[in-house]
Amino acid sequence: MSDMNQAMVEKYRSNFLKEVEANVEEGTWVKMCMQCGVCSGSCPLGPHWEHPPQELFMMIRAGKREEVLSSSSMWMCTSCYNCIARCPRGLPITHIMHGLASYAKRLGLAPNRQPTKEFGQIFWDSIAKNGRVNELKIGVGLYFMNGFSQGIKNALAGRELGMAMMKSKRMNPMEYFGGHKCKDLSGIAKMLKKAEEFEAEHITKFGE
Amino acid sequence: MADMKIGAYICQGCGIGERLDTAQLASVAKREGKAAEAREHAFLCSAEGVKMIQDDIAAGVTHVVIAACSRRAKTEAFSFEGVAISRANLREGVIWVRPDTPEAAETTQEMADDYVRMACAEAKHMKIPSASGEQGLVRTILVVGGGISGMTAALEAAKTGYKVELVEKTGALGGVAAQMFKKYPDKAPYNVLADNTTGAMIDAVNANGNITVHLNTTVAKTEGAPGRFAVTLATESGASKEVTVGAIIQATGFTPYDITRLPELGGGKSPDVMDQLAFEQMVKANNGAIKKSDGSDAKNVVFVQCAGQRSDAEGHLPYCSGHCCMTSIKQARYVKEAGGDATVIFDDLRTPGADGEDVYRGGQEAGVTFSKGKVSAIEAAGKGLKVNYTDKILAEDTTIDADIVVLATGMVPASGPNPYLTQEIEAADKAGDTALAEKLKAEQASAPASILNLQYRQGTDVPHLKSGFTDSHFICFPYETRRTGIYTAGPVRRPMDAHQAMEDATGAALKAIQACENAALGRAAHPRSGDLSFPSFRKEGCTQCKRCTVECPFGAINEDEKGFPQYNESRCRRCGTCMGACPVRVISFENYSVETIGQQLKAVDMPDEFSEKPRLLVLACENDAYPALDMAGMTKQEYSAFARIIPVRCLGSVNTIWITDALNSGYDGVILLGCQKGDNYQCHFVKGSEMAHYRMSKIDDTLTQLNLEKERVQTYEVSIADIQRIPQIINDMEKLIGEIGMSPFKF
Repeated sequence: MSDMNQAMVEKYRSNFLKEVEANVEEGTWVKMCMQCGVCSGSCPLGPHWEHPPQELFMMIRAGKREEVLSSSSMWMCTSCYNCIARCPRGLPITHIMHGLASYAKRLGLAPNRQPTKEFGQIFWDSIAKNGRVNELKIGVGLYFMNGFSQGIKNALAGRELGMAMMKSKRMNPMEYFGGHKCKDLSGIAKMLKKAEEFEAEHITKFGE
Repeated sequence: MADMKIGAYICQGCGIGERLDTAQLASVAKREGKAAEAREHAFLCSAEGVKMIQDDIAAGVTHVVIAACSRRAKTEAFSFEGVAISRANLREGVIWVRPDTPEAAETTQEMADDYVRMACAEAKHMKIPSASGEQGLVRTILVVGGGISGMTAALEAAKTGYKVELVEKTGALGGVAAQMFKKYPDKAPYNVLADNTTGAMIDAVNANGNITVHLNTTVAKTEGAPGRFAVTLATESGASKEVTVGAIIQATGFTPYDITRLPELGGGKSPDVMDQLAFEQMVKANNGAIKKSDGSDAKNVVFVQCAGQRSDAEGHLPYCSGHCCMTSIKQARYVKEAGGDATVIFDDLRTPGADGEDVYRGGQEAGVTFSKGKVSAIEAAGKGLKVNYTDKILAEDTTIDADIVVLATGMVPASGPNPYLTQEIEAADKAGDTALAEKLKAEQASAPASILNLQYRQGTDVPHLKSGFTDSHFICFPYETRRTGIYTAGPVRRPMDAHQAMEDATGAALKAIQACENAALGRAAHPRSGDLSFPSFRKEGCTQCKRCTVECPFGAINEDEKGFPQYNESRCRRCGTCMGACPVRVISFENYSVETIGQQLKAVDMPDEFSEKPRLLVLACENDAYPALDMAGMTKQEYSAFARIIPVRCLGSVNTIWITDALNSGYDGVILLGCQKGDNYQCHFVKGSEMAHYRMSKIDDTLTQLNLEKERVQTYEVSIADIQRIPQIINDMEKLIGEIGMSPFKF
């Protein structure tokens, strides 16, 4: 258990709903869910989730902290916004899902090797380093997410698409070595550092 | 009437003139209908047409026959003061239900001829109804019950200038509403809590010069009829006082369901398990602090919805009490405001209306936790309580700790005893159903004391509908009871919250005023509102069989000392169920009697047995079946040209002599169309349709005596929406007659 997670557990002992309200982006809306289930019914991926959104909200009220935060369900959200469009109470369900996911990640409780989570991390690393996204590096990173041999297998499976992209000049293999960057790299770095400071300040406040 | 003069008026408008030979209709009215005048007019409901009729009335016509559209159409144009009116339905009843073909022309004309004959025959036996003369205008209303419903009714009636006698059995006004800590508001914004304003209302009642408040008082005796009730009030000290009132509103409210009947939910076992009213009283006593029975602060309060209600279990309430979800949300907010945690465990959360939805939202915003589940047990655990329940969203059994548990136990109406119990016990004994008789006897033994002490032949109180509530019919006749001029309001009528009770009481006050004003003019209440006729009977023919007094759905008929029926015309709703019941046919109304219908059906021209033209008599209830037939005409549903339709006030008014007469005069089939009977009755006169079905079940004997097939008489339950089914019923009867053959009684 990470130190921060430990601190949160202590602070909101036996009241997960309050913890969600305080720490999850848009989490104050969770209590307004009236369990109609329209979000779950509207979700195109609903049947594939372990817990549909309305059930996640109920679990939050029932204090099922570990189960909610280590769930892969909120990572399944593709941001189609059907749930928000249809929720009779106007809950920002998509945003709550993303809020829950990032809170779980921050506490170190998100499931291991969750593809959405891994993709997000690789994407972030790429953009934070160069100020631009290097698609080739992200792709290769994802291929090799689950080890070297799985990476080779993934690459072989996608080779026809890769070759076609190279032929039509949509992909340049040389991008892997260096690649293009934004003009003011140090500016980007400074900006991100400042944002991190803000965020850290916020988290410390929670941790108190 | 010696100087009776019939004027018949035949309209040629709306296509009647093109489809029918109206000159022939006029001649039928003159020669066969004995009309002194018979005039055709191209547009009878026009100012000119109406003037023509009025001129004839001025010149001495006393009975007007209008052969035009249905009696339900153009009622304004064809309403004439001081004359008897009958209508022949040539438009909806003839040309619109018959095909416009040369082959059909002959039978269509025969149909129209018959309707003119029938209308003339009816007119001949009608008298001009006038009020009984027993009435007087009493602008005073008795309100029984001084809770929020009763006080509202009193204030609303007083505002219109009526006097009110407000009777309250306890020593203070206010009832349950006065015991509330706070209330949810009656105007926007609804998502907050509002102060209890019952105190201000009590002051307003006490300050109102039109309202006389009688505390510690009950109703010892109620005699009379709407417009002239004589009520004896008895005080606790033994003194009594008589008041005369025009109408009565019973607003006796409810009692909470007995919590000790729910031992599995801890009811009666732990002082910290209480019902909503007890919780309210506790919070009010502590001015907002939530305290356990031992005086310590309660942090966790769990509200359990539907405790002992919406349940089929023996002794539980089968219905939803309507207010408990809102009340629990309100009380959960007391807990949140005091800094505690509140959880509402519900199955279906019902917060009716847009304001209810805001109350719910307000509860959520305040941080009340709502959990869908079913509570299985509540038990003591250490110093607190454990609530075991099944979470219905997460599908798992779970437990929640609580300092206090509030059970939403619902409301039991504070009605008087069921007036029909004795009658039902007698019936059960007679039928040999000992189990039912025992159950009813137990109910009678534990029945509450009478509230109104009515001196009615049929019992002391207002009849119950379902589960002891005193409504007449929620949908068709809100506020009504089955005792004319006596209205119930508030939770004694159906479960409701304070806001609804106030609205209800306002409605009941207006109804009571209507009853007074109608009674003063000798007019009927709904559904025949404005009808001046009332039943009278030929005393020398009466055998004192008591059927009319027993079967009257409204308890309108008492018995005098000699055992003769005693009509209270302002209690009467003019349905004619007594007329249908009378085995010696001595009961009649001036404009509706055994003769007016009997002569109509006899006036029909009866073709001989070999003509292949059967005759079907259809007696159709004027409330649903007849309008449905009119609508069948409007939508051009065709039906048999052999049907002759006579509207009746209620199937309950159908006297079996009409059926016997019809069969004797050669009708081949008889169809009776009434409203739905039974527990979910739609009959506008409560029991009329049921009585008719019962009486017709005995008609088989008559048919057997006449050596006729019993299929020739059929009784149906129909609704106003059956505009395709009813023509089908008629056509099927025609087909059936084709199969079993014509009646042998044609001469």
